[in-house]
Amino acid sequence: MDLSLSTRTVGDRTVVEVGGEIDVYTAPKLREQLVELVNDGNFHLVVDMEGVDFLDSTGLGVLVGGLKRVRAHEGSLRLVCNQERILKIFRITGLTKVFPIHTSVEDAVAATD
Amino acid sequence: MATVELRFSALPEHVRTARLVAAAVARRAGVDEAVLDEVRLAVGEACSRAVGLHQSSGISAPVRVMLTEEEKQFSIEVGDEAPHAPIGGAPGGPGAADPDAETEEDEMGLAVIKGLVDDVEVSVGKDGGLIRMSWPAMPPGTLPA
Repeated sequence: MDLSLSTRTVGDRTVVEVGGEIDVYTAPKLREQLVELVNDGNFHLVVDMEGVDFLDSTGLGVLVGGLKRVRAHEGSLRLVCNQERILKIFRITGLTKVFPIHTSVEDAVAATD
Repeated sequence: MATVELRFSALPEHVRTARLVAAAVARRAGVDEAVLDEVRLAVGEACSRAVGLHQSSGISAPVRVMLTEEEKQFSIEVGDEAPHAPIGGAPGGPGAADPDAETEEDEMGLAVIKGLVDDVEVSVGKDGGLIRMSWPAMPPGTLPA
């Protein structure tokens, strides 16, 4: 399975819906998408990971890179994820402390702090 | 001797194949279904790391994956042929264009492997590195009553 990406705007937030596998092969596509969004002036991103079947450290690296970019513009990058297998990877790498992780897109879009 | 041995060109698109093969062989070997996600992730991390090392060192040799069913355990070895700097020594072997970036990604992958797998050994030598991981397995026919 490949990576699928789609974006939509909700208020001042840009929601990136990701599906499939984020690994060493597909992560560059996600990186390009995040870079493009930031270059186009979208600094408040919500990455919806509910359709993600697989995530590895390359994918984590891309998300951290995205966070770094939006922060340079005083923006935000929030994640939406309820899948235990994916959350586990954030936990063992300590990244749950770095990313705000929400249970729904509505929740992430409404979050302000 | 390995139950299944896989060699693939050091290209990112083949890492998924290695994950699928490893998970399929692990399932047959009797590794618990709940642990298969860990096997898939760990072998993917090890292979991604090996691909990165081969590419950054300009090595054309394939990455090797050995999947071995043993008594009560299933082990995976992922071997690369990249010249590694000794542990604790100066980073960046010959051909490493950006030693800092390479080292960072390398360490993130290893951190995930070490966080996931209880039984893991990482060894490096001048001819390459090897990551050996194992999980308990209960082959069919030896299932507890």
